[in-house]
Amino acid sequence: MHELSLMESVIDIVCETARQHGATRVKSVRLDVGVLSHADPDALLFCYQAVRHGTIAQAATLEIKRVPGEGWCLDCAKTVALADRFGGCPDCGRHRVQMTAGDELKIRDMEVI
Amino acid sequence: MSQERIIQVERDILSKNDAYAAENRRHFERNGILALNFVSSPGSGKTSLLVRTIYDLKDRLAISVIEGDQQTSNDAARIRETGARAIQINTGKGCHLDAHMVGHAAEDLAPESGSALFIENVGNLVCPAAFDLGEAHKVVVLSVTEGEDKPLKYPDMFAAADLMILNKADLLPHLDFNVGLCIANALRVNPRLQTLTVSARTGEGMEAFYAWLEASAGHRAARSKEA
Repeated sequence: MHELSLMESVIDIVCETARQHGATRVKSVRLDVGVLSHADPDALLFCYQAVRHGTIAQAATLEIKRVPGEGWCLDCAKTVALADRFGGCPDCGRHRVQMTAGDELKIRDMEVI
Repeated sequence: MSQERIIQVERDILSKNDAYAAENRRHFERNGILALNFVSSPGSGKTSLLVRTIYDLKDRLAISVIEGDQQTSNDAARIRETGARAIQINTGKGCHLDAHMVGHAAEDLAPESGSALFIENVGNLVCPAAFDLGEAHKVVVLSVTEGEDKPLKYPDMFAAADLMILNKADLLPHLDFNVGLCIANALRVNPRLQTLTVSARTGEGMEAFYAWLEASAGHRAARSKEA
């Protein structure tokens, strides 16, 4: 359950950024979470409910955008869809694929008052 | 008058941890300290491996240890019996060490220049993979009483590691464990991974690990002198 630490970090960064911008309340937070990343979105949402209490983000909604997995296949010389982090190319079946997307764990933006 | 507005954040969720890790790494590099992050599932024999290493290298390499566990200071006590200095971090409900905890522990422990710092992470093959501590290398310890497919089931950890130590080799005659298959699985997720097969109990194969350790420590010390 490292999702708890991840969400604590999200709340820290969100509250710090909001204060730097002179905001008094956070209304919503949007995350990019890649499907190949090590975090589970349901666990992130669950932990979010627990860690936002008592902060200026305690009423903020959380939206998680899933970023699909993509990789560059060295043999096909093209971008292919990647279903597993260390998976093979869906076209040629070989494993010389470098992940190019789907690993994201990012705070994209937030709405404040 | 306040009004609703959107703030672009565009920051990695782990950016705070990564900043602490970068600070730790700078400190270790400047002082020629070889920091290793030992990760494994519970019961792989990490602590036994460290205890044996400290005893065997007593006259060759100074070693201090940061122990991470959810509860108890049993492991730090085992390390201290060897005469090495050790600090225990209890993570409570936490399932991994983070760079901030390690920074504070390293400050208290103050390892000497040219020494090795072993960080024994919480026994868990999932969460510690995500948290950089500022180490030079992650070392993943797997025991032959676990399945050969562990590297495929927990690929993040094996992809993040530079060295895999296959421990409890003395039990191989009693098991159906296929060493070749296990290493092949690990190399599928990380073609650059180095692998060693050892028994921390009998000492079999440990010299190879010591050679790796001394070469890495020597390399680290030489780099800090150049800097």
